[in-house]
Amino acid sequence: MAILFDDFKSWKAYCADNNLALYEPVLEYETTQKGHAHQDITDGLLRAWQVMKEAVQTGFTEDMKSRSGMIDNGGKKVKNSPITVLSPEFQMLVARALSAKEVNACMGRIVAAPTAGASGILPGVLVTLQELHQIDDTKMVECLLVAAGIALIIEQNASLAGAVGGCQAETGSAAAMGSGAIVYALGGNVTQVFNAVAITIQCMLGLVCDPVAGLVEVPCVVRNASAAAIAYSSAQIAISNVDSVIPVDECVSAMGEIGQSMESRYKETALGGLAATLTGNAIAKKVLIHDIEIIDEGETT
Amino acid sequence: MAERSSVFDMIGPVMIGPSSSHTAGVVRIGLVAHLLLNSAPEKCTVTFYNSFATTFEGHGSDRAILAGLMGMPTDDNRIKTALDVAKERGIAYQFKPVGNASTMHPNTIKIHATSGDRSIEVTGQSLGGGVICIVNVNGFTCNFSAGTDTLIIEADDVKGSIAFIADVLSADDCNIATMSCNRRGKADIACLVIEIDSPPRDITIQYLQHLTWVRSVNHLKSVR
Ligand code: SF4
Repeated sequence: MAILFDDFKSWKAYCADNNLALYEPVLEYETTQKGHAHQDITDGLLRAWQVMKEAVQTGFTEDMKSRSGMIDNGGKKVKNSPITVLSPEFQMLVARALSAKEVNACMGRIVAAPTAGASGILPGVLVTLQELHQIDDTKMVECLLVAAGIALIIEQNASLAGAVGGCQAETGSAAAMGSGAIVYALGGNVTQVFNAVAITIQCMLGLVCDPVAGLVEVPCVVRNASAAAIAYSSAQIAISNVDSVIPVDECVSAMGEIGQSMESRYKETALGGLAATLTGNAIAKKVLIHDIEIIDEGETT
Repeated sequence: MAERSSVFDMIGPVMIGPSSSHTAGVVRIGLVAHLLLNSAPEKCTVTFYNSFATTFEGHGSDRAILAGLMGMPTDDNRIKTALDVAKERGIAYQFKPVGNASTMHPNTIKIHATSGDRSIEVTGQSLGGGVICIVNVNGFTCNFSAGTDTLIIEADDVKGSIAFIADVLSADDCNIATMSCNRRGKADIACLVIEIDSPPRDITIQYLQHLTWVRSVNHLKSVR
């Protein structure tokens, strides 16, 4: 019997009992639960991987100015900046995450992973990973499967939607998927992979969803870059055998609990946080349509 | 308990930004209108209600709806430039924001579109994650997702018509997933909406079309 991704504990036990690599139960789940053939799953993930890589490139080559004007070619600016604050690799990581996410904000083609709001994180993390460590596409597909397994569990026990669990649910989950994938790709064992996920969640807990004017632009784009950075710091910590202390399943529960108690003004309603600042309100006034025909109560056509 | 997600819900869908409810879902509502009209419209009026009324421009839902009306799929890179494409094609379009429609879902769109002597009206809701619900077609209340093949049959309200159509479909090995019937009045026109698991053969549709009491048969292929 394949496992259903109820928690990390059973995923680990299942791998140990059946002597499987971490990605294999995910593949099995998709085959038995969703009736997809192995080849179709591989092809679908390769297509998604291709779209992620293209999104990074599109953001670097095409004009990334959003209709609201809030997004203005940030990925390109970081890539071409003469000042490197940490290392060229870090600069590129940040640039790629911004770039792919800007493509989303500017109506380009992206992979929602796990959501459209977080669509810059895995491209930033994984393109950088492949380039730095010369990882082939077969292994990248395994990474995507591991990432999907992580998201399946978070969806079960917390949430992946900003409207339900705040931004921790969107960018936090994507970062957790990314850090798990990094550690897996670099040969980390299951404990290290799950520690990476746990540590990432610990770093992203509590983040509210407060998009200015309700558009998926500010702070979403810069949060994709910071989430990518946290994925790397967490991976470095976990692969060096630093323990997360709080087990990954408990970290996910904490995320769910925090999400539930978050007030609705912090859940994509654009009524709190950055959206409710003076400037946030002014921008909303400018970009939203106000010339609306208001109909009388009771009459709907 | 809700059905468990697929790996491709976690790594996917591949879509056009910025958001599944404002782009992907909206394109799909437009696609339903496109299929009902059998072509791109020559003229259309799109009404954005409630939450959509304030945000449709900022989220690019105006482009998304035109893209759907022109038959573009949800991951088509041309969605971004759909306003220009529509202008080039000479489509006369108009957008109307309407607020305070308290009986309607926050993200509701109504399309009135014409092409030649055909004219259709569709109302749909974008429910999130690209999922839609079509709630009205040509004045008939309905409730379908367009995620599977759907037949929309307008027919005279004669006795036994529903059973007859169900029989014809089962003879063609089509499993009916859901079926709903609405009529304007007693012995007036009735509208049958049938969601089926697999597409019927063309000849089945032609047969239904030729029945004297059937006014029109529309086969909506599932839109993705
Ligand atoms: S702030 Fe909200 S809309 Fe923006 S990325 Fe986070 S969860 Fe998504």
